[in-house]
Amino acid sequence: MTDAPRGETSHDTIVASGLTKSFGVVRAVRGINLKLARSSTVALLGPNGAGKTTTIDMLIGLTQPDAGTVSLFGRSPRDAVKAGMIGAMTQTGQLIEYLSVRELVTMMAAIYPAPLDVEEALRISGAEDFAERQTRKLSGGETQRVRFAIALVADAELLVLDEPTVALDVEGRRDFWSAMRAFAARGKTVIFATHYLEEADAYADRIVLMSHGRIVADGAPTEIKATVGGRIIRATLPDVDLTSLQALRGVTTVDRKGDAVTLNCSDSDATLRDLLTAFPQVRDIEVRGAGLEEAFLELTLDPDEAAP
Amino acid sequence: MIEMTYLRYEVLRTWRNRRFLLFSLAFPLVLFLAVAGPHKGVIEDGVSLPLYWMTGMIAWGSMVAVISSGARIAAERAVGWTRQLRITPLPTWSYFSAKIFCGYMMALLSMIVLFAAGSLIGVRLDVTQWLVMIGLLLVGLVPFAVMGIMFGHLLKLDSLGPAIGGVTSLFALLGGAYGPLVTSGFLFDVVKCLPSYWLVQAGKTALVGGGWPLEAWVVVAAWSLVLSVLAVRVYQRDTKRI
Repeated sequence: MTDAPRGETSHDTIVASGLTKSFGVVRAVRGINLKLARSSTVALLGPNGAGKTTTIDMLIGLTQPDAGTVSLFGRSPRDAVKAGMIGAMTQTGQLIEYLSVRELVTMMAAIYPAPLDVEEALRISGAEDFAERQTRKLSGGETQRVRFAIALVADAELLVLDEPTVALDVEGRRDFWSAMRAFAARGKTVIFATHYLEEADAYADRIVLMSHGRIVADGAPTEIKATVGGRIIRATLPDVDLTSLQALRGVTTVDRKGDAVTLNCSDSDATLRDLLTAFPQVRDIEVRGAGLEEAFLELTLDPDEAAP
Repeated sequence: MIEMTYLRYEVLRTWRNRRFLLFSLAFPLVLFLAVAGPHKGVIEDGVSLPLYWMTGMIAWGSMVAVISSGARIAAERAVGWTRQLRITPLPTWSYFSAKIFCGYMMALLSMIVLFAAGSLIGVRLDVTQWLVMIGLLLVGLVPFAVMGIMFGHLLKLDSLGPAIGGVTSLFALLGGAYGPLVTSGFLFDVVKCLPSYWLVQAGKTALVGGGWPLEAWVVVAAWSLVLSVLAVRVYQRDTKRI
């Protein structure tokens, strides 16, 4: 087993450049450049088929890119994996049988040079309650927790999670992410793939938005939201002229359904002041971020399909 | 180097897989008792029939044990476990070694069960004969252990049972585990190129004494080498695809 010196690493955890990968005629990844700073939590966000899993598989050396290079801590992915610097949870996969949860995690811990304490991994992942149970008797959500415990027990510098919450219910998801945060707080770098906008928004300090094998946006969640413009104001305002609403400061577009009006704003603070001054009778005011939902839809449209 | 904790749990998993354990041990045993039982103490042409059958069943049973153990990789591939292992520092060689170790453990268990059954119906051997026989069997099993690893990467789970059953039966039959098929002529020359023939002959050293001729070592080494090359190819193709 390789026992490489752990200090010998660069500032960046992942440096990927010019990654491409095709499967037959499907161009799954069409040129990805990515740099991950240490101790950051990054979401790889995109709809199904965006190339997230292929990208992740190339980052951790499970898939060989057609072109481009990946460097993890200044090493090749295979070498970084062999040195035990990566803990990963792939999208699908079950557990092997004839072991209890604790036995399986102990078995996996034994193959890492500096593993996390098994009990600690079980506790963080939430698998401690059923640690004595045989792996074949677990539910889908419990299996995910054990797979998370296996990724954690590596105690690796880099944690890679591919759609980790797919099999979980709402409560399970919340537990999962708080566990991930607890782990990241130890100064670890985390990259996770997801197609849930809220997850990327809530748990990552950087979002890399992917669509059709390319990165279409990259930045802090607030920046991603700003890319497609500000906020939305909804209010009840009967019998009002839409053009007078359009004239308010910071309004981009206006829409009306019955008595309810919707204002898309680039500067919602200014719009709101003007709105209250100009229409004191306005009721049921609701201001919300335009949200990643809109950003997502706009940015992930297929450029090939959108072109005439 | 095999990580000892890892190996310990692999052994535990084999031990807890009771169906695998029972079938691997029971089939050769039942066949042996059914055929040799009625011939307790019978000697034909100076050879004890129970001893003759015991050595044949030992060859067959241990062959099945090592092939099946490697082939269990197919089940772990099917659930995505081998993929999981490829993102850990566990060297591929250690993974295979653990499987081969468990296969040999099963093979030894199978031998012990058959020795015990044999001694119940009057088979007697001295210690040297036991040791020579076991030593040669362990060497003769190498090509089959490698074959198991190859099957584990070549076959899908649902085709595994018939494939192992067919291949081991064929090798055992041609190798003479159920009784000599041919003893002269061109076909005999072909049979002598099979690793199963020499596996059966390893058992037969208990009857006639002596060891393997040079030919045996060459055949076993050649099969081990060729199968290893094939197994590496199959493994590389399999891991590239995922």
